[in-house]
Amino acid sequence: MTIRRILIANRGEIAARIIRTCRHLGIETVLAASEADRDSVPARLADRTVCIGPSRPSESYLRVGTIVQAALAVRAEAIHPGYGFLSERAALAKASEEHGVVFIGPTAEQIESVGDKLRARAAAQAAGVPVVPGGAVGSVEEAVSLARRVGFPLLVKAVGGGGGRGMKRVERAQDLPQALQLAESEAGAAFGDARVYLERFVTRGRHVEVQVLGDGLGHVIHLGERDCSVQRRYQKLIEETPAPRLPQPLRKRLHEAAVRFAAGMAYRGAGTVEFLVDLERDAFYFLEMNARIQVEHPVTEAVTGIDLVAEQIAVAAGEGLRIGQSEVTWRGHAIECRVNAEDPARDFQPSPGLARAVRWPAGEGIRVDTHIEAGARIPTFYDSLMAKIIAHGADREEALERLWQAIASTRIGGMTTNLAFHSTVLANREFQAGGVDTGFLARLLAQAPMSVEARFG
Amino acid sequence: MTLTAKEVAEITRLLEDSTFDELTVELDGLKLTVRRAGAAVASGPPEQEARSAPAPQPRTAAAPPSHSEPASGLPPRSEAAFASEAVAAAQEVSAPLLGTFYRAPKPGAPPFVEVGSVVEEDTIIGIIEVMKLMNTVRAGVCGTVADILAEDGALVEYGQTLLRISKAACS
Repeated sequence: MTIRRILIANRGEIAARIIRTCRHLGIETVLAASEADRDSVPARLADRTVCIGPSRPSESYLRVGTIVQAALAVRAEAIHPGYGFLSERAALAKASEEHGVVFIGPTAEQIESVGDKLRARAAAQAAGVPVVPGGAVGSVEEAVSLARRVGFPLLVKAVGGGGGRGMKRVERAQDLPQALQLAESEAGAAFGDARVYLERFVTRGRHVEVQVLGDGLGHVIHLGERDCSVQRRYQKLIEETPAPRLPQPLRKRLHEAAVRFAAGMAYRGAGTVEFLVDLERDAFYFLEMNARIQVEHPVTEAVTGIDLVAEQIAVAAGEGLRIGQSEVTWRGHAIECRVNAEDPARDFQPSPGLARAVRWPAGEGIRVDTHIEAGARIPTFYDSLMAKIIAHGADREEALERLWQAIASTRIGGMTTNLAFHSTVLANREFQAGGVDTGFLARLLAQAPMSVEARFG
Repeated sequence: MTLTAKEVAEITRLLEDSTFDELTVELDGLKLTVRRAGAAVASGPPEQEARSAPAPQPRTAAAPPSHSEPASGLPPRSEAAFASEAVAAAQEVSAPLLGTFYRAPKPGAPPFVEVGSVVEEDTIIGIIEVMKLMNTVRAGVCGTVADILAEDGALVEYGQTLLRISKAACS
């Protein structure tokens, strides 16, 4: 089918980014905006904006019925859910399909099966993809015996959790029963699903994920990996591709495992398979699959030259995969920094407010995905992401240099952001050497962060 | 709690078939009152009056002569006097959610309110449909409908002004 008009059920930088591709493709856009986002940059970029409800997400962006109703009313053939909000709720995919609106993403069934961590683990094992040692536990006795085989420290994880939410680290066997009980009651309250499972805690690991694209009929290609190890409490801060200092055979195995996993369920659209690379054991394990476009997708676009949103739309329109695996080529290196309205000096607390003077960087190899301009307000209702600054270079050194310059020339007046903190990280020797593990940022913060920051801020 | 247009129509039919003048249905979080007002107004079509005059004392207050000419949409007073009053105390009733706005309980039925209708806080002024769910919209204030801005069957956005009411003291 031909998609002429798309309803964008999202906000912020990703809404602006989707609109840009739609414009390029000659597709009309209708933005479904909350009251707080009526005068936002994406609202101005879209061909039309409809106000779907009050600022609180639960009364606007999270309302499945309202989103589908809006799509039907404006005669949009398709809905793009972006990331977050309803992007990984099977209910939206299902309701869209039932009303003849194309959901730009995987099927409801696929969203459900990767959203349930235990089902995803089972699917990974079935596809011959290694998972972190561990498994489901039905009782404390089972947990204790499984823990003995897995070893400590370990993680108690919620089946319905993800992205770092719903996890508990347990150091000693005697703490397990209590942690288990607590995790179960918390998971029940937070996710409506009290099931938990155990996983070995990998002391030194890297977060490496693989971008895949599937046609929904079993054909899946990969667009390489991204290293997202620079994270704080599972919140990614800097992402890059290719993953630095990763042995070539391991890289190849990661790509193949991701494709196998996605092909096993005939995955439709763009998705990301996340892995934990165990540095001490030279092994990797499946973590989870994200059934949507990722925040950090631009680094992949920079090195492959492929517009992922355009490919998402093509697959949704039934055009299938327009690129074969052998046609995917990678050129150079790309790094992305997430610029957040948060205060590194105050434990990264969100710092919403009004951006007075704003100057984003420009130049060779620099891309900025943002919805913030001078006078823009960062509302308290949503996440604190203000922009993504992406630098592309012939190699990692050049990309780093460009990113450094770009951040130095960025000005955001009237707000507290993590810009200076980014400079600190980029200037760090361990980061510059490449291939840091997920504990890197916590260690950096532990060593007098403010004195380091003062030098570069 | 919401009622579908069909359910509202059924409730109205219950009243029409009965010998009572008023029917009140109370459900969880929802109160629907349907009054018959035809008896007092000989000039107006009874069926329409039953729906468009939900004021507390329909026989005395809620049956302005203009109701016999719904097509004209004229307020019962002169336009000039009406306009100045509207400016002074107009209250906007806005859409509580995005959806399809319906002015009547079912296709072809007379609208819930017309310009000139006297409304109370809980008077239903329209329905907003979201995925087959009918959400009733109430006036929220007492007064007279001064202006109807939203079209029947059209998409209304959250916060969009549906109609204006010239405020009056609630009885």
